[in-house]
Amino acid sequence: MTIVYEKSKGLTDAQLHYCPGCTHGVIHKLVAEVLVELNILDDAIGVAPVGCSVLAYDYFSCDMQEASHGRAPAVATGIKRVLPENIVFTYQGDGDLASIGTAEIVHAAHRAEKITTIFVNNGIYGMTGGQMAPTTLVGQKATTAPLGRDEALCGKPIKISEMLATIDGARFVERVAVNTPANIRKAKKAIKKAFECQIKGEGFAIVEVLSTCPTNWGKTPVNALKWLEENMIPYYPLQNFRNFEEVK
Amino acid sequence: MAKGKVTFNEDICKGCELCVSVCPKKIISLNKNVINKKGYNPAYVTDQDECIACGNCAIMCPDSVIKVERL
Repeated sequence: MTIVYEKSKGLTDAQLHYCPGCTHGVIHKLVAEVLVELNILDDAIGVAPVGCSVLAYDYFSCDMQEASHGRAPAVATGIKRVLPENIVFTYQGDGDLASIGTAEIVHAAHRAEKITTIFVNNGIYGMTGGQMAPTTLVGQKATTAPLGRDEALCGKPIKISEMLATIDGARFVERVAVNTPANIRKAKKAIKKAFECQIKGEGFAIVEVLSTCPTNWGKTPVNALKWLEENMIPYYPLQNFRNFEEVK
Repeated sequence: MAKGKVTFNEDICKGCELCVSVCPKKIISLNKNVINKKGYNPAYVTDQDECIACGNCAIMCPDSVIKVERL
């Protein structure tokens, strides 16, 4: 009897606090599996954000550090420069990275910091109760946009991957989604590449993962996956923007 | 003839049904007769013999509830 799938050793025994059907759990699993497969679990240091995934430090079985809101890339920069032999990654949501932490992520990429960022984009502020985020789609309802996001007032949602892809220091930039098993497998490959980018000392790497928030979107977990596919993927296309293996 | 064996850690299931939605053989559903420690109807396999050990349910599960083995 061979094991096709079991819980990764990269995760602790702690039970996730996320809402039912929240795909944060899926992305946690992918990061943990990649750390184990690349045999870097003992050398990895993760930086947790503020937001729903603020308790990520309880879930990964590697060393973790909590950062203040949006500052995970700055904290990770410090850790990586003091401990260059270790593998340092940040795990951040869109409220954290695309809003208050935009300066930190842009400059970390500009400096080509040898860190890996997992950017979870679900288009809303989850933990604080579903407020509009910079990534909220036009027309998408949020508690601070009860009639839907108004483009005339708030502009269009920010495309972080496209923006970072213009920066030379960002050596690996890819957007993936976790709405189907096939896309989850692709997401894992991208996350693995992003860690390999750091192991090879290439520079900054980021994987943007389109995720769901069934609770604040007001949908069942299964319908939230469909909504992601029908609404988010057309605006946030899934593709590789920069790959250190191709661009020199 | 079963090709796979699926084991659910029912106590930590949140009943989100993501596994139900991706099973190609449609053999997973929520057990309406059971309420687990968390207060949810946990997912279970209705017909173990039909399992093909594809692993889709386990890959999709956010809470690492499912273990899949190939016979």
